[in-house]
Amino acid sequence: MLRRLVLTLLLAASAISTQASAQNLRIGLREDPDILDPTLARTFVGRIVFAAICDKLFDINERLEIIPQLATGHTWDDPKTLRITLRAGVKFHDGEAMDAEAVRYSLNRHLTMQGSFRRGEINSIEAVEVVDPLTVIIRLREPSAAFLSQLTDRAGMIVSPRAAEAAGRNFGLRPVCAGPYRFTERVAQDRIVVDRFPDYWNAAAVTIPRITYLPIPDSTVRLANLQAGALEMVQTIDPDDVPAVRRNARLRVSISDELGYQSIQFNIGNGQRAQTPLGQDVRLRAAFELAIDRTAINQVVYEGMYVITAQPVPPANPFHVAGFIPEPRNLDRARALIRESGVRTPIPVEMTVPNNPDLRQAAEVIQAMVREAGFELRINAMEFASSLQAATRGDFETYLIAWSGRVDPDGNTWTFLHSRGTQNDGRYSSPEADRLLDAARIESDVTKRRDLYAQLWNVALRQDRARIYLWHRRNIVAHTARLSGYVAVPDGLIRPQGLRLTP
Amino acid sequence: MTAWFLRRLGQILPTLLILSFGIFALQQLMPGDPALILAGEDRGDPEVLRQIRAELMLDRPLLEQYFHWLWRLLHGDFGFSWRIRVPVGELLLDKLPVTAQLATMSFVIGVTIGVPAGILSAVWKDRPLDWLVNGIALFGISMPNFWLGIMMILLFSVQLGWLPPSGYVPLWEDPWQSLATTIMPAFVLGTGVASVLMRHTRAAMLGALSQDYVRTARAKGVAEGTVIARHALRNALIPVVTLGTIEFGRLLAGAVLTEQIFSIPGFGKLVVDAVFNRDYPVVQGVVLATALIFVALSLLADILYMLINPRLRAA
Repeated sequence: MLRRLVLTLLLAASAISTQASAQNLRIGLREDPDILDPTLARTFVGRIVFAAICDKLFDINERLEIIPQLATGHTWDDPKTLRITLRAGVKFHDGEAMDAEAVRYSLNRHLTMQGSFRRGEINSIEAVEVVDPLTVIIRLREPSAAFLSQLTDRAGMIVSPRAAEAAGRNFGLRPVCAGPYRFTERVAQDRIVVDRFPDYWNAAAVTIPRITYLPIPDSTVRLANLQAGALEMVQTIDPDDVPAVRRNARLRVSISDELGYQSIQFNIGNGQRAQTPLGQDVRLRAAFELAIDRTAINQVVYEGMYVITAQPVPPANPFHVAGFIPEPRNLDRARALIRESGVRTPIPVEMTVPNNPDLRQAAEVIQAMVREAGFELRINAMEFASSLQAATRGDFETYLIAWSGRVDPDGNTWTFLHSRGTQNDGRYSSPEADRLLDAARIESDVTKRRDLYAQLWNVALRQDRARIYLWHRRNIVAHTARLSGYVAVPDGLIRPQGLRLTP
Repeated sequence: MTAWFLRRLGQILPTLLILSFGIFALQQLMPGDPALILAGEDRGDPEVLRQIRAELMLDRPLLEQYFHWLWRLLHGDFGFSWRIRVPVGELLLDKLPVTAQLATMSFVIGVTIGVPAGILSAVWKDRPLDWLVNGIALFGISMPNFWLGIMMILLFSVQLGWLPPSGYVPLWEDPWQSLATTIMPAFVLGTGVASVLMRHTRAAMLGALSQDYVRTARAKGVAEGTVIARHALRNALIPVVTLGTIEFGRLLAGAVLTEQIFSIPGFGKLVVDAVFNRDYPVVQGVVLATALIFVALSLLADILYMLINPRLRAA
């Protein structure tokens, strides 16, 4: 009797619970986004939501080319003067017109608002001038090859000046932009709901009436939701879940290279803890790298799903140096280098590792590999926030650290390898590397610029062994077979334009 | 009774004050600089860090920060979340009903299973039923919540498709759907509570059943059912009530793992995310609210004792 009652209840509940429709696209996110203000936001998952609500001056496509979005085109009057023409007839969600004045307002807001995270990205701007309602001129302090690419992300998002003025610092609680969807509601840690904006400039490309973003931190549960039909799409699944998704006829998986990398940073000059044999002797760092078999780690930990590398720029990027590939594992050479250094083995080394299951596992594989060469690697697994602080203070010997990546190679290199780079926590310093980084920053010719990076890799990575680049991760997006039209762009965002959902 | 109540209240106030300082000082123990976390990938820019510290008063002495926080707290202002800029008070009010619903459902499941099971196994001590109940209870205590949770999701949501795998729908929006989203996490939490309650009820019942007054009652020819229900159980319930209120408080404090697994937006999920993001005002708000709940519950437990056991009323 009781059992029958329970069953009836469960069935009644399930009838409501798993119903799917073509009206609402439910997307599972890895975590709850932070504030939805393009000026103040900083999380990756937040950018996924922005892709629906806030259009940018420019966007990137799957080949990492910069394409116009709210802009219709751009020209460089000279290397420091960028002229942007705007799309006519674009409306913000509050009905206001998106024009040159709004662009000027938004860029100035990014530049001057207290706590802005965009300032660092576009602080080469000297002035923004309105030429006419559909033309703006941006004057830069110095030439910058990377500048345009900054306008393909949050720094290029244009907000409604009227709404932003009215809301002030609370703008992120109800953002008003010019994207295909408008913000409807947010329940912290539960859901963010956006609805189709009928006056969107490219309304024909938008067919799904509503998108609901649901933060589900556990990847097994996220996948279970997709399998059970409680989600139509998940932002990312673990590489070892890919085979299961591929076997499921009702699901699809889409894999694309990411923009960033996983690396090992050496403490070469940041405080007391740089004074180790590894920190001071380049031969030992070379031996350390030669003892590592990237392909094997990729197989063991990531099902061979990631792309092994020796440089910070992924293959999809036009500035990737094709000839610069990882050296194969060579224990004999590693041991010979250690003998040459005269340091007694086993050489103790500590590696700080953010406390994720996959990174811990990768660290254990590295530990076993370098032991054979003569390194006694101790793994110091640390919660991420603490590990960041330790690295900034110089409280580390080696640090297994990833970078989410930028469209322009400058965003993957300068701040990490330049002696004045603010995320160069190991304090690598080389005048030659600095010169190459500065030159690459302003070189606009693709071939010449790529050549500068090739020289940089040889100096900083082969000669000085400042850092070891291990692999580029991949964006693994899974969705129901009812969803079509998803285009995987290396930035890993989910662009709603072109998506179709059948019942 | 009124005097007793006032005396208790007098004890609570200093406790809360000391507690509030402890909660605030906790942030100093947390490793990791919140400014670094908030700065994200701009963490290398000293100007950004300086700005964040100034805005959040992190550059002031701890005591100054504390009194500022306390002052605002006395005005009902918990501050705002550094991460999403929503007032903490609003977040707490949002999450409290969720956690309260989950806690109540778990507690009901726990008590309905735990207390009768404890009584049965005490009455039939050292019989097969006792062993069975004890075995199940041991299983319930040792089973990690996250494992049981994931197994249930795989069975009831992925395989059978009966229940939504995770998420939450408020009770007033759609009662059916609300029950459907909370029944699995409530069961996971409830089994844990049931096991603990069963073990303690059994021990307390065994103690009571061996007392003189029970022998006397039996000697007077009182029916066994009455002996168990009126004489033994009533006395045995005192420690069980204490434990029950503590367990209920624990549930209200947020079931960290279970809420995380089932994506239930309650206290547990709130505090975990806040800790990882070093969102101090949220952490402080949740811990303080939890402390208040515990204090209120222990007061409630004292009152319940007096209702159950008249002898305590005189004290």
